[in-house]
Amino acid sequence: MQWSVEVEARAGGFQLDVRIEGDRTPVVVIGPNGSGKTTLLRIIAGAYRPRAGRIRFGDRTLFDSAAGLDLAPEERRVGYVPQGYGLFPHLPVIDNVAFGLAGGPRRVPVAERRGTAAEILAEMECGHLAGRYPATLSGGEKQRVALARALLPAPEMLLLDEPLAAMDVAARRGLRAWLARRLARRGAPAIVVTHDVRDVHALGSPVVVALEGGAVVQSGPAAALAARPETDFVAEFFGAA
Amino acid sequence: MEDADRAVKRRRSLAERAPFLAAIPMLAILAVPLIALAGASSPGDIAAGARHPLFAPALWLSTRTTLVSLAAMVVLGTPLAWWMASRPGRGSRVVEILVDLPIVVPPAVMGIALLEAFGRNGLFGPALSALGLQIPFTTTAVVAAQVVVSAPFYIQAAAAAFRRVDEDLLIVARTLGHSPASAFFRVAVPLALPGMVAGAALAWARALGEFGATLLFAGNFTGSTQTMPLAIYTALESDARVAVALALVLVAASALLLVPLRAVPALIARRFGGGRGGGRPPLQGFAGS
Repeated sequence: MQWSVEVEARAGGFQLDVRIEGDRTPVVVIGPNGSGKTTLLRIIAGAYRPRAGRIRFGDRTLFDSAAGLDLAPEERRVGYVPQGYGLFPHLPVIDNVAFGLAGGPRRVPVAERRGTAAEILAEMECGHLAGRYPATLSGGEKQRVALARALLPAPEMLLLDEPLAAMDVAARRGLRAWLARRLARRGAPAIVVTHDVRDVHALGSPVVVALEGGAVVQSGPAAALAARPETDFVAEFFGAA
Repeated sequence: MEDADRAVKRRRSLAERAPFLAAIPMLAILAVPLIALAGASSPGDIAAGARHPLFAPALWLSTRTTLVSLAAMVVLGTPLAWWMASRPGRGSRVVEILVDLPIVVPPAVMGIALLEAFGRNGLFGPALSALGLQIPFTTTAVVAAQVVVSAPFYIQAAAAAFRRVDEDLLIVARTLGHSPASAFFRVAVPLALPGMVAGAALAWARALGEFGATLLFAGNFTGSTQTMPLAIYTALESDARVAVALALVLVAASALLLVPLRAVPALIARRFGGGRGGGRPPLQGFAGS
């Protein structure tokens, strides 16, 4: 499936003007703090409305300013895992994961919801966490639960905002490989925001998009950016390896 | 040597106790009147006060009106609090000042303002009388006075609680297929609940004690507008025992309201494994924001 995002947005004094596209392999977005990475993900999720542009997933159009089309987040079929994972602190793990089956027209009964959630939790090797509250989980456990929750409604696009940033170094190494395997097995579009070049390498050789000051400064296969960086930030990002 | 040592120790411990000693006068100012009230009357006096004809109607009227006021504040105030928390613009700052005003304006002034709005010669007076409706000096006026004076305490606390809900959680809820209303009720409200409960308890306590605005806008008629604070005021002129009995009931009710104010938020926070909010209710609402 081909997807494309072409948006122009203004928030406060900040201007975002981005055009990216991809297929079934993950696209990695890198950039310094304040370059608009999180804003971009939220625009794709439908939380912020861009001033102009178009967002298309395959033959579905999610946003088109010219046509006056703007699908609500709940109609976009996007899985969003924010920085810090965004687990609902008032719900146990099982209900966090089942949350995606509790709303909208696809709503199913509680017992069935929890059954489905338990299956995906087991598949993610965290069935034993079902009854725990998020505040009691480690960073790695939160990450798995958040991913299980995002994947349960079978989204077309997965948005991961710094999925490994909030955990300690040892946990990060194991989880990086695990996450890369999950994304590869899923074989569906994903955008991964990261600050760590090792995340890029773990994902094979994905397309990397470098954002600076709200604009794309360079994009292409990771190897190409590493070989011929066009800005100091890109050079530093790949040089740190 | 030993004596000198002891003297030093004594001086030092005195210096260390100074903050505590300095705190005693204020503590005494707060506690002494309530202790005096509790000790003022014998059980016989209280029983006599409770049998007085002013007592039961005032207790019943206060209970009814404050419950209606509380419901009105929560039902009408929650959407306003949510709007204030989710629109950080110039417009919402003006709204915030409007909501703060009744907190700083004396209740008696709010009573006059209500008369100017709904009194016979007030802004909506002619329209109301054309419809055959009279609000001033009715039980409806009691509720209106309580709502106007107390709702800001609830609204400010609820808005502060909504502001602390992580925006990402609401975005996640939406991407998981939930409508704005569903995200509000399943995520924002449960997470803001401790603050909402604390604010509601505070507003209820304020409504229970409402005096000035009620006296001016609703009057002081036994059975229809004479709430407990007004009955205390009336009783003092005839039979102080009734005043003390009513006062003790109000103290007991207020003490009960401290439970949701202090304990419920802590309990809820503990249930989810801590980490969130802590045990303190949001009292920013007091000072406005």
